[in-house]
Amino acid sequence: MAESHATAVHAEHDHKPHGWRRWVFATNHKDIGTMYLILSGFMFFVGGTAAMAIRAQLFKSGMKLFDPAMFNSLTTMHGLIMIFGAIMPSWVGLANWMIPLQVGAPDMALPRLNNLSFWILPFAFCLLIGSFFVPGGAPAGGWTMYPPLLQQFGASFPMLIFAIHLMGISSILGAINVVVTIMNLRAPGMSLLRMPLFVWTWLITAYLLIAVMPVLAGAVTMQLTDHFFGTSFFNAAGGGDPVLFMHVFWFFGHPEVYILILPAFGVISEIIPTFSRKPLFGYEAMVYATASIAFLSFIVWGHHMFTVGMPVAAQLFFMLSTMLIAVPTGVKVFNWVATMWRGSLSFEPPMLFAVAFLFLFSIGGFSGLMLALVPADYQYHGTYFVVAHFHYVLVPGAVFAIMGAVYYWLPKWTGRMYDMSLAKWHFWLSVIFVNVLFFPMHFLGLAGMPRRIPDYAPQFTDWNMVASIGGFIFGASQLLFPYIIWKCVRSGKPVEANSPWDGAHGLEWELPSPAPYHSWQTPPSAAVLAHGAEH
Amino acid sequence: MKRARLGRLLGTLALAFAGGSMPAWGKSGWDELNMMHGVTNVSTRIYALHMMAFWVCVCIAAVVFGVMIWSLIFHRQSRGAVPDVSLTHSTKVEVVWTAVPVLILVGMAVPAARLLVKINNNTDSQLSIRVTGFQWGWRYQYVGSNVSIISKLSESSTAASMMHSGISPTSVPHYLLSVDHQLVVPVGEKIRLLITSIDVIHSWWVPDLGVKKDAIPGYINQASFTIAPNKPGTYRGQCTELCGRGHAYMPIVVHAVTPAAFEAWLKQKSAAQSEAAAHAPAAAAASS
Ligand code: HEM
Ligand SMILES: [Cu+2]
Ligand SMILES: [Cu+2]
Repeated sequence: MAESHATAVHAEHDHKPHGWRRWVFATNHKDIGTMYLILSGFMFFVGGTAAMAIRAQLFKSGMKLFDPAMFNSLTTMHGLIMIFGAIMPSWVGLANWMIPLQVGAPDMALPRLNNLSFWILPFAFCLLIGSFFVPGGAPAGGWTMYPPLLQQFGASFPMLIFAIHLMGISSILGAINVVVTIMNLRAPGMSLLRMPLFVWTWLITAYLLIAVMPVLAGAVTMQLTDHFFGTSFFNAAGGGDPVLFMHVFWFFGHPEVYILILPAFGVISEIIPTFSRKPLFGYEAMVYATASIAFLSFIVWGHHMFTVGMPVAAQLFFMLSTMLIAVPTGVKVFNWVATMWRGSLSFEPPMLFAVAFLFLFSIGGFSGLMLALVPADYQYHGTYFVVAHFHYVLVPGAVFAIMGAVYYWLPKWTGRMYDMSLAKWHFWLSVIFVNVLFFPMHFLGLAGMPRRIPDYAPQFTDWNMVASIGGFIFGASQLLFPYIIWKCVRSGKPVEANSPWDGAHGLEWELPSPAPYHSWQTPPSAAVLAHGAEH
Repeated sequence: MKRARLGRLLGTLALAFAGGSMPAWGKSGWDELNMMHGVTNVSTRIYALHMMAFWVCVCIAAVVFGVMIWSLIFHRQSRGAVPDVSLTHSTKVEVVWTAVPVLILVGMAVPAARLLVKINNNTDSQLSIRVTGFQWGWRYQYVGSNVSIISKLSESSTAASMMHSGISPTSVPHYLLSVDHQLVVPVGEKIRLLITSIDVIHSWWVPDLGVKKDAIPGYINQASFTIAPNKPGTYRGQCTELCGRGHAYMPIVVHAVTPAAFEAWLKQKSAAQSEAAAHAPAAAAASS
C-alpha cells in the first residue's frame, strides 16, 4: 500500500489539548467518535442490566422478583436505553470516526456542533436513568409512550419528555453534520456514486433523522401540554384522540427502525467484499435499494396499528406498502450473497459477525413479512412473536453489525490488532445464545403469550426458561467485548501495514495505522483515490 | 382435514427443529409452539394464512441460505478458492430477483386481503355485546338486555399473584387465565363486540376466536366472531396492550354454550339483576 506522505508528516506534530480539556472541548472527529462509542457501550450495559432483570423475572411462572410497576419500568427503560442510548449513538460514533476517513475529509464539517451534539447526551441519559429515583419510579408505559397511560407516571413523565427532546436535538445536530460533511467535504473526484456504502447509508439515515426526530419531539410535547397545560390533543374526554398519538409516533417510529438498521447495511456492505476478496455485487442497486427502503419507511407506519380499528382500505394500504419493503430488502440480501458467491472467503471476526447478520437478519425479515399480513398480525400483534421479530432485526441485526464494524476498524483506530481467538469466542457465544434467547420467543408468541407482562401462565414456563438461560449467557458473553477492546488498546500487537485485511479497499486503508490525529489535511490525490477504490 | 393435520405436524416439527429442540409429546409447555387453529371460521383461516406464510418463508430461506452455505463451504480461501472479481453485476439476475419476490408477495397478499375484508365485515350479527376495558378488568353488557358483567382476575389467581404469596402457580387452576365472572356466549351465532375503554388503551384478545381489537377511550371499535356450532367450550385470552401495573392480570374468559342454554342463562341472569337492582339500586352497578 502506498504511504500517504502528507498525512504522515502531519501526524508528527499533532497538537492536541491534554487532560480533560481534550475531551470536554473536543472538536476532533476521532475524539468525539471515541467518546460516542464509549458512552454507547456503557449504555449498552445499562440497558443490558435491565434486560437481565427482565429475563430473571420471566424465568418461570410466578417468579415475582419485582413488583409489576417496577417490571414495567424495566421494560420501558430497556427499550429506550437500547434504542436511544446504545444503538443510535454508536452509529453516530462510527459515522464520526469513519465518514471523514472514507470521504477524504480532514474532519467533520461542523466540529463545534459535533461537540455539542455529543455533550448533550450525557445529560439526556442522566435524566432518563435518574427517573428511576424520583417518586413514582421510572416511566412504565413502554418505549412507545402511548397516552393516556404515559401520563399516569408522576415526576418521571416530564423527565422522560425532556430526555427525548435532548436526544432528539443531539441526533438532529449529528445528522446535519453528517449531511454537510458528505455533501461538501468529499475528496475531489469522489462523486456520489463512488462513495463507500457506509457513507451512502449514513447519508440516507441522516435525512431520515432530520425528517422524523422533530415529529417525535412534537408528539411528546403535545403530551406534555396535555398533562400540564390543559390541552386535549390526545385526551378523549376533552375531544382529543389517543389514536392520533399512535399515528404520529409510528410516523416517527418506523423510519426510526430504519435509522437503526441502514448504517448496518452499510457496514455489512463494507465487510463482506473485504473478506470475500471481491467487489460488492450490484453497488448501484444497493444504493437505490437503500433509498427506496428509506422512502417506503415513511408510508408503512400503520402496520404497527392494525388492531386499533383503522378502515379496511387503510389496513390494506399499509399491508401492501409493508410487503413492498421486502423487495428492496431482498435485493440487498441477494447482493450480499452474490458478493460472497465465487469469492475467496475467510472468516476473521468482522466477517463472522457479517455472515451471522445475513442469516439472522433474514429471519427477522421473514417474521416481518408474516407480520405484514394483517389477518395473521391480528394474532401476532402485542405478543412475544413481535418481540422475537424486532430482536432478530435489532440484536443479530444492528448490534452484530456494530460489533462487526468495531472488529473491522479497531486496528485502524488503535494501530493494534486485537486478540482474534478471544474475538472468535465472543462471536460464537453471541451467535449461539442470541438464538437460544430469541428463537423460543416465536413459539411463546404463537402460543399466546402477550408481551410486556411481568408474570404468565405456567404453560409458558419451559420456553421462557430456555430464553432466560440463553439471555444470561448472551449477556455475560458481552463482557468479553470491552475486555477485548481494552486489551487491544493496551497491549495489542502493532499493525504495521495500512490495512490488516488483505482484501480491504477504500480511503481509510490508505492512511497509516493508527490513523493520525489529523488525517487528510490535504485531500487525497487522484492517484490515492484510485488506489483506494481499486481492488 | 388429514392434510391439514399433516401440515400442522410438519410445521410444528420444523419450528421445533429450528428451535433446536424436539417437542415432548403430551401436555407440556414444550408443545406450545404454534398458533392455535381456534374455533371460528376466521381463526382457522388465519391459521392457514399463517402456515402458508411460514412455508413460503421456509422455501425462500432454503434457497437463499442454501446458496450462502454453498459459498461458505466451497468458496473459502482456505480451500484455495480464487475470487471471480469480474462478477460485479448482472442485469439479468437483478431483474429476476426483483420480479420473483414481487410475484410471491402478490400471491401472499391476495388471500390475506380477502380474509381481511371478511374479518372486518361486522354486519348481520345476532347478538351485540359492549366490551369496556378498565384498569384492570373488563365489563360486558349484553345489548338489548339489562345483563352486565364485571369480569376480573379470579380470586385464586389474584391471591397467588401477590408478591410473597408463597402459592405455586401450578396449584392454581388456569393461573392468570381465569376470571371471577366469565363472558357467556352462544355457539353458532354471529356475535358483534362493541369495544371501548374508560381509562387507558387495552386490547381484547382471545386467540381461539381469532379476535384482537384495541379498547380505546373515545372510540367504539367493532369486532365479530361466530363460534362453530360443534365447539362449545371455554376459551381464554389476555389483554395485549400495556395498560399499567395490572396488564398481566386482566384475562378474558369466554364460555361458549348452546343457544338454548345461552337463552336460559341470559333470562335467569337478567331476572337476578333486576331483582338485585330493585333491592339495592346503588349496588346494582357494581354487581356482576
Ligand atoms: C422486511 C422488513 C420488515 C417488515 C416487513 C417488518 C414488519 C413489521 C411489522 C408488521 C411490525 C408490527 C408488528 C406488530 O406490532 O403487530 C413490526 C414491528 C417492529 N419491527 Fe419490523 N419489519 C421489518 C424490518 C424491521 C427492521 C429492519 C427493524 C429494525 C432494525 C424492525 C424493527 C421493528 C420493531 C422495533 C418493531 C416493534 C415495535 C414495537 O411494537 O415496540 N423491523 N415490524
Ligand atoms: Cu414498522
Ligand atoms: Cu393491558
